Amino acid sequence: MKLLGFLLLVAGWAIALSAVVLLAPGTPRGVFAVAGLAVEVVGLVVVTRSHPLLRGHKD
Amino acid sequence: MLFCMLCILLVPFAGAGLALINTGLGRSRSAAHLMTSSLCVISVAAVVYFVCGFGWQGFSGDPAHSLIVRGKAWSWIGAQPFFLRRLGIDGSPASLAALLGMLSVGLAALIPLGSGADRWRLGASCASTAIMAGSTYPIFAHWVWGGGWLAQLGSNYGLGQGFVDSGGSSAIQAVGGLTALSIAWIIGPRRGKYTHDGMPSAIPGHNCVLVLFGCLLALPGWSGLNSAGAILFTGVDPGRVALISINTALSAAAAGLAAAVLTHVRFGRPDASLCANGWVGGLVASSAGCAFVVPAEAVVIGGVAGALVIFSVELFELRLAVDDPGGSISSHAIGGLWGVLAVGLFARIPSRTLGAFEGSLQGPASSDTGQWLAQLVGLATLLGFVLPLTYGLNWLLNRIYPQRVAAEGERQGMDLYELGAGAYPEFLTHSEEFTQRET
Repeated sequence: MKLLGFLLLVAGWAIALSAVVLLAPGTPRGVFAVAGLAVEVVGLVVVTRSHPLLRGHKD
Repeated sequence: MLFCMLCILLVPFAGAGLALINTGLGRSRSAAHLMTSSLCVISVAAVVYFVCGFGWQGFSGDPAHSLIVRGKAWSWIGAQPFFLRRLGIDGSPASLAALLGMLSVGLAALIPLGSGADRWRLGASCASTAIMAGSTYPIFAHWVWGGGWLAQLGSNYGLGQGFVDSGGSSAIQAVGGLTALSIAWIIGPRRGKYTHDGMPSAIPGHNCVLVLFGCLLALPGWSGLNSAGAILFTGVDPGRVALISINTALSAAAAGLAAAVLTHVRFGRPDASLCANGWVGGLVASSAGCAFVVPAEAVVIGGVAGALVIFSVELFELRLAVDDPGGSISSHAIGGLWGVLAVGLFARIPSRTLGAFEGSLQGPASSDTGQWLAQLVGLATLLGFVLPLTYGLNWLLNRIYPQRVAAEGERQGMDLYELGAGAYPEFLTHSEEFTQRET
């Protein structure tokens, strides 16, 4: 799960970069960049949930 | 350039402020350890930055390694010699940038100490700092300040003036804040922070006076940092330092007030430590666009930062079980990301120049010219590149050299366990500490 989350973070970054490099100026470029950021947010949620709450440090 | 030098010499006040805030928000039995760690990580950061950091960061216009992507050059890392060789240390802009970088990377290295307080080993924090000062920080700083591909987004792809962060909301604060998040994830929460059913227990900071004095000390440091960064990296006229300092102070003030009002509304009275976190969040958010917004906009940026920090502290502690005693993740990562975004929403950046900046703050914000998209790409880079990189490197370090102190060390306190003496040897400040040391 943790690895998947980090892969989503990198994938979101790649989507945002690809939008800037491949698409012409205009609305689609912005939309794709925002979509890339949304993928990153999903990745962040997955990474966060993959870190168990206490990992043996509880009292 | 003398004026710029004076601004740079104020930056250590920001470091002193952060060190006091981290120490005050930690336990008394780890106070000496935290201050010693602060001194050590600043030292390690300076040495590693001297060895290879500045070589990889570089300065705008200096040699760099580039990739060609669809006919456009993407400068991705500096190609300066190590050990500051071939750098004329004569008061030139490049030499001042090296000095500012050396102090800034120390500031960034202090940030994770807040999230790792009371359980992060001294040796591990130094090793982690070496990784940051030798890789994460210089690479991202090159992209933003060294003429790298983020700064070139304007000239290459017509995105406003390219990614703009004059004072370091991203390159210093967000990089440090995301490293703090990685450290908190890797070393886990403090013993006793969460009950068996996952409910967090309050572990209040041991000295609120240190925390609040640290906030006051940080203000002139941040003014110097923002002013020097704006002059060196975005080429603003030194006469604009007054505006930058006003914006910095207003942003911090608005953030502190927003935090005080919010905590008063939510908890019935203002919370001192959260007000301090809010204040720092305002300082952090002010950095990116301090030279390109009017004071009223700085108030808005600071107010939003203060509110975001309060909600973020709750989110991390209550919902995500991330134990961050110093509030570093909320203040620096969240505040920094908001500061980056705020440039796209509010800033007016007429042109990117390396010489004197003659822009006007009149007229519409530059969000309609693609500036917001450049800022968005910068934000995506922080989350999609910097966070995985810093997490991966610290995870590897943890496999080789465990970063968390042994359970006995946490029970004794980091002062006694790692340094052999406490910060307050003649005072017994909390009875629970006595009880825990004896068990």
